[in-house]
Amino acid sequence: MKTPKIIFKNRLSFEEQVYNFFATISGLTVFVLKFFKEVFVPPYEIPQVKKHMDELGVKTFPIVSVTGFIIGLVLAMQTEPVLRTFGATDYLPGSVAVSVIRELGPVITALIFAGRVSSGIGAELGSMRVTEQIDAMEVSGVHPFKFLVVTRVIATTMVLPILTLYVDFIAMVGAYIAVAISSEMSLAYFSHSVVSALAFGDFLPAIAKTFVFGFIVGIVGSYKGFTAEGGTEGVGKASTTSIVIASLLILIFDMVLVKITLWLWPII
Amino acid sequence: MADNIIIKIQNLSKRFGELIVLDNISIDVTCGENLIVFGQSGTGKSVLLKCIIGLLNPDSGKVLIKGKDVCTLSQKELDAVRKNIGFLFQGAALYDSMSVRENLEFPLERHFSLTQKELDERVMKTLEMVSLEDAVDKMPSELSGGMRKRIGLARSIITEPEIMLYDEPTTGLDPITSKEISELILNLQKKLDMTSIVVTHDLVCANIIADRAIFLKEGKIIHRGKLQEMETSEDPFLKDFFSKEIINEQ
Repeated sequence: MKTPKIIFKNRLSFEEQVYNFFATISGLTVFVLKFFKEVFVPPYEIPQVKKHMDELGVKTFPIVSVTGFIIGLVLAMQTEPVLRTFGATDYLPGSVAVSVIRELGPVITALIFAGRVSSGIGAELGSMRVTEQIDAMEVSGVHPFKFLVVTRVIATTMVLPILTLYVDFIAMVGAYIAVAISSEMSLAYFSHSVVSALAFGDFLPAIAKTFVFGFIVGIVGSYKGFTAEGGTEGVGKASTTSIVIASLLILIFDMVLVKITLWLWPII
Repeated sequence: MADNIIIKIQNLSKRFGELIVLDNISIDVTCGENLIVFGQSGTGKSVLLKCIIGLLNPDSGKVLIKGKDVCTLSQKELDAVRKNIGFLFQGAALYDSMSVRENLEFPLERHFSLTQKELDERVMKTLEMVSLEDAVDKMPSELSGGMRKRIGLARSIITEPEIMLYDEPTTGLDPITSKEISELILNLQKKLDMTSIVVTHDLVCANIIADRAIFLKEGKIIHRGKLQEMETSEDPFLKDFFSKEIINEQ
C-alpha cells in the first residue's frame, strides 16, 4: 500500500489544495490500515513502547496538571453564582464532576496532548526522514514503520487514558478549592456529592474515547513526520500540520463518539 | 552468470515524472572490486545506489545481488539480502536519539543473538577500526563531520557485510579528513574483503579507492574503465569535468 504524494510548494493553487486535502485523508487511511496490519506481527518492540510512554506521557504530566487544576477551579467559580441564584449550590460538585469527566477532561487533555506530542512526533520523524535516518533503518533490515510508528501509536493510545484520569482527579481538586474558598462545604460532602452524581454512563465511555484520541494523536503525528519532504521546511510543516489535523480529528471524533455514547447510555 | 560477479545491473531505468534519471544502465561488479561512480550532481548516482539496495524501485530492468533480483524479492527475502549490504549515507544518517554505542548495537541486536558482553566487544572492535573508541558514549550531536562519517562507516561494517555502498563518503570534509576517510575505506575493504560501489565527486578519494570507474551523464554511462583512462580521455566533457575537479582539489 502506497501513500499518495502530497504536493510541497509555497503557493498552492485551489486545485492543488483540494488534491492535498484528499491525499492527506487517503494517506492517513492507508497509514491506519498499515498500522493494524503491522501491530499484531512480531517483533513487538516492547522496550520502545515503554520508552515512548515515558517520553510522551510522563513528560506531559506537568502541563496537564496545571490545565486540569485550572479547569476545575474556573468551572466551579463560574458555576457557583448561577447555582446560588436558584439555591442549588449543593449540586455544584456533581455538575462540575459530570462536566469534567464526560467532556472537558477527555477533550482538553487530548488537545493539549496533541499540541505537545503530535507535533513532537511529526518533527522527530520528519527530521529522521529528511536526514535519511529512516532509510538507514530500512537498509539495515529493520522495519521503520514497526519500530518508529507502531511503537509511538501504541504509546500514545495507552498513555492518554491515564493522563485523562489524572486530569479528571486534579480538576476535582481545583473545583474543591474553589468551593472551599466560597462556601463552607466539607471535603466529605463534596466527595460524596461527586460520587453520587456520577454513573457508569458518565465514566466508561469518556475514558473509552480517550483511547481513540490517543490513537489519533499518534497516527497523525507519525503520518505527517514519516511522509515529510523538502528539508527543514518540510519538518516544520509536518510539525504544525500534525497539531492542526490531530486537533480537528479529535473534535470531529468527539462529536461522533458523544452521539454514539448518548445512544448507548442515554441521559435520563 | 559468472561466479565472481556479485552485483549485476541489467538495463536499469528510473524516472521521476518527466525526468529520466537512469536510462537503460547495465553494470557488473565482481567480488572484491571497488567501483567508483562519477557524474555531475543530479545525474542519478544516488538513485542508482538506492535502486541497488531496494530503497527505490526501478521502472524497468533488474538488480541482481548474488543472483537474486532485489526488485522482485519479498520483504523477508529483501531483509536477508540487505543483511549482507552496508550503506554509508551522505550525511552518515546516525540515529540522533541514540548514542554511538546504541547506533552500533542497533543492527547487531536485530540480526544476531549476542550477549551484552559480545555486543560490547564487537562495538569496541569496530570503533577501533575507525579509530574512535573514545566516542563510544557520545551522542551524534557531539561529533564533528569527519567523526560522524567514521561512526556511520563503523555502523555499516559492524555486521561485516560482503558489499558496501558509499554515497559521497567525503563530501563536506576538509582535504585531510577526506583523504583519511578514503584510506580508511580502502583499508577496511581489504581487511573485511568487501565489494564496494562508491559514488563520489572527489578525485583524491577515487584515486585512493578505485579499481574501476564509470561515468554517468544524463542517466547514461558515457565511459567505463580504469580511472586513469578517464582522467586522460580526449572526450571534451570528461576533459572538462576532470580538469575542473583537479582545480577544485588544488
